[in-house]
Amino acid sequence: MFAYYFQLGLRSLRKNPLLTALMVLAIGCGVAASMTTYSVFRATANNPIPQKSSQLYVPQIDNWGPEDAAENKGEPPQAMTYTDATNLIRDHRAKRQTVLYPVSLSVVPNDAGLLPFMENSYAWYGDAFAMFDIPFLYGSAWSVADDNAHADVAVIGRTLNDKLFHGANSVGKDINLNGHTYRITGVVDQWNPSPLFFDVVNTNAFDDTTEIFIPFTRAVDLKISTNGNNNCNKDPGQGWDNWIRSECIWLQYWAELPNTADADAYRQYLNGYAAEQQRSGRFHWAPNTRLRDVTDWLDYQKVVPQEAKVSLLVSLGFLLICLINTIGLLLAKFMRRASEIGVRRALGASRKEIYAQFLIEAAAIGLAGGLVGLLLTGLGVIGVGLVFQPDIAKLATLDVKLVLLTLVLAVVATVLAAFYPTWRAAQIQPAWQLKSN
Amino acid sequence: MQIKPILAALKRHKAGTLLIALQIALTLAIVCNALFIIHQRLDRIARPTGLDENNLMAIQNRMVGVEDKESGPLIRADLAALRQLPGVEDAISVNSYPLRGGGWSTGVHLNADDKKSKAHTTLYFSDEHTLATFGTRLVAGRNFQADEIGEADPKEVGDPAVVIISKALSDKLFPDSSALGKPIYIGDTKKPSTVIGIVERLQVPWNGNWSDTFYDNAIIEPYRLVSTFTNYMIRTKPGQLSAVMASAPAALYKTNRMRVIAPKNGIRTFAMVRESAYRADRGMAVLMGVVCAVLLGITAAGIVGLTSFWVGQRRKQIGVRRALGATQRDILSYFLTENLLIGTAGVLMGALLAIGMNLWMVTQFEMARLSVTYVLVGVVALLLLGQCAVLAPAMRASRVPPVEATRSV
Repeated sequence: MFAYYFQLGLRSLRKNPLLTALMVLAIGCGVAASMTTYSVFRATANNPIPQKSSQLYVPQIDNWGPEDAAENKGEPPQAMTYTDATNLIRDHRAKRQTVLYPVSLSVVPNDAGLLPFMENSYAWYGDAFAMFDIPFLYGSAWSVADDNAHADVAVIGRTLNDKLFHGANSVGKDINLNGHTYRITGVVDQWNPSPLFFDVVNTNAFDDTTEIFIPFTRAVDLKISTNGNNNCNKDPGQGWDNWIRSECIWLQYWAELPNTADADAYRQYLNGYAAEQQRSGRFHWAPNTRLRDVTDWLDYQKVVPQEAKVSLLVSLGFLLICLINTIGLLLAKFMRRASEIGVRRALGASRKEIYAQFLIEAAAIGLAGGLVGLLLTGLGVIGVGLVFQPDIAKLATLDVKLVLLTLVLAVVATVLAAFYPTWRAAQIQPAWQLKSN
Repeated sequence: MQIKPILAALKRHKAGTLLIALQIALTLAIVCNALFIIHQRLDRIARPTGLDENNLMAIQNRMVGVEDKESGPLIRADLAALRQLPGVEDAISVNSYPLRGGGWSTGVHLNADDKKSKAHTTLYFSDEHTLATFGTRLVAGRNFQADEIGEADPKEVGDPAVVIISKALSDKLFPDSSALGKPIYIGDTKKPSTVIGIVERLQVPWNGNWSDTFYDNAIIEPYRLVSTFTNYMIRTKPGQLSAVMASAPAALYKTNRMRVIAPKNGIRTFAMVRESAYRADRGMAVLMGVVCAVLLGITAAGIVGLTSFWVGQRRKQIGVRRALGATQRDILSYFLTENLLIGTAGVLMGALLAIGMNLWMVTQFEMARLSVTYVLVGVVALLLLGQCAVLAPAMRASRVPPVEATRSV
């Protein structure tokens, strides 16, 4: 029966090719617009570290006071001072913790004929590698002893290892960064979380892979300033030492807290810390702290670009209009066949069979719309680069999931849209139709 | 006009009528908001930077293997090499430039004791070649002199004795007079800086929402920053841009090899800077434009389709009316009026929906309020669209011969 109704449907669709084409195109456009914008939304709203996103936390401490916080809905600053970050590290209240900031490191190749080049680099603690589940190709993270010794060690990325050492195991070899020599302790395999959750504040959340990591303690010794944002609410005074002692914020902090009890304890600790700073006279206000896990943090930092949200919404509205359009056209199409339905009903077809016939016809339209939509989505995904920054655009891809979703959405939406016209068709009184003929 | 019979007829097509009205309403709501977004984005793109953009290029340079403090002479050597290049008008080393994306910003006070700043501004640090390189016009006062230029580590910049500011900042600080010759306090300092010059226009490095309130406020401080990281801005003689794009990095590497000029974004013409800064804005405008066009097309097609169906359904009635003496014009105007009625209901709903949608977006996306003009333009556009769409089926209806009344089926 299904095959027969499907054939009937195709025949009926061929009868009004223009009307059919219009419906197919409308559904195709609506579905394609929604899917293209969804592909961007999906990429930017991605959870970059699902296995640990509820165990990694960003603490925030209000070191600027209520006046500055009021400009930001009472929220503490989004980065940390050197003072607070090093105090938190010293207290060591989480399972693992790190402070981090982007540094600008240039690789000076040993071969004098080659020019120096720059790579995305971070200074942080050795704990960070285990915290962020970073996979190693060779070697491992540097040790706690290296952190404490402010050692000249580095971990490099796979791409940089390929470039400098032609993919060979480079553990134990030296690398010259900004004219200083570091010993490589490990090579990271492909690791480029997207969004770049560990440093959203300085990167707009989407960037190329990080290829060099050095110990935070060493970077500070070398007075390497941040390659990211530095915000001061007061003049920090002159020179490096005044700057790191100032209330300027430029550091990101992450703590690994395996369960909610740990997180609650850490919250209390943060409040206690802020209260202590108040007692010591550094803060002149009550503790104002936050502790956000990865998902909350990405949400708070508005990682999904406004463009992605607005265009997804507009596209969904567009799809809705296309469906209303389809309802109207299907209604016209089905009602035009009132006499045919009358005859079928008079010959003994039940309402159920009328439903089946017309819904199958609608599904055929939906499938055709889905195929057109798939084609347009493909074009749309290629064209995403025209609307979004290259770093974001390259994340939008047409994968199997999106292909299936496009087809399913098209068929389901069309069948839903067909319910009312089909109901109307099934209500047709056979007697009336036969009489008027 | 025969509105009553039309209403009576529409009552028999409740679903179809409602669907068309709803479609028009939703289309209006989306088109209004999309047009509004397009307008906002285009407005932003059209903001002038104040620079001689056609002849400008930027190089992002990082010295390697030296400390910040040692880079002063290296930068001076670079500048000397760049300024000597054939085809180069002038060149500077500067911390940032309009549309670059990152830079310095701070508040400006009129008195040392003021708690709240009078205006927010960006800070550009460079030397007496700045105005000639940017190509921005001095509207009052004078340029820096060579002996007023200092060199300083970015973390040790003091308060300058003299500054040049943009006209927009001058107007903001002193609405009734000019800032020329007056002291201003940059940041939370106690030491004033005297305004010695005012330039016509100079944009901030950012182009996002957050800098919208001060996008034309800029201060140029007479410091060459001594840092391993710097931006060289080069203004070429007309027509020499592509030649200098090639010769400038070569000249820099010849002066000193220990540097990094990133292959990606390291050397850019100002046109490239502008393109990259406004890509999202332009893309959004294009996307909204395409959505509007397709949407209007689909709505028009929907009206054509449904009206054609109604015409087909009513051939017999039309024939009867024609046989009873209705002219072709009467039939035509019947369908046009019918569409106008549905359209009016649709746009009324749509106008409310458009405003509601905008109000919601204002709370969600820091968007501005929709102006009523857009809604009015949208209303007229959709009514016209409806009339055009209905024209072809209505013409076909008007050509139904009276003899149709006598035929069955």
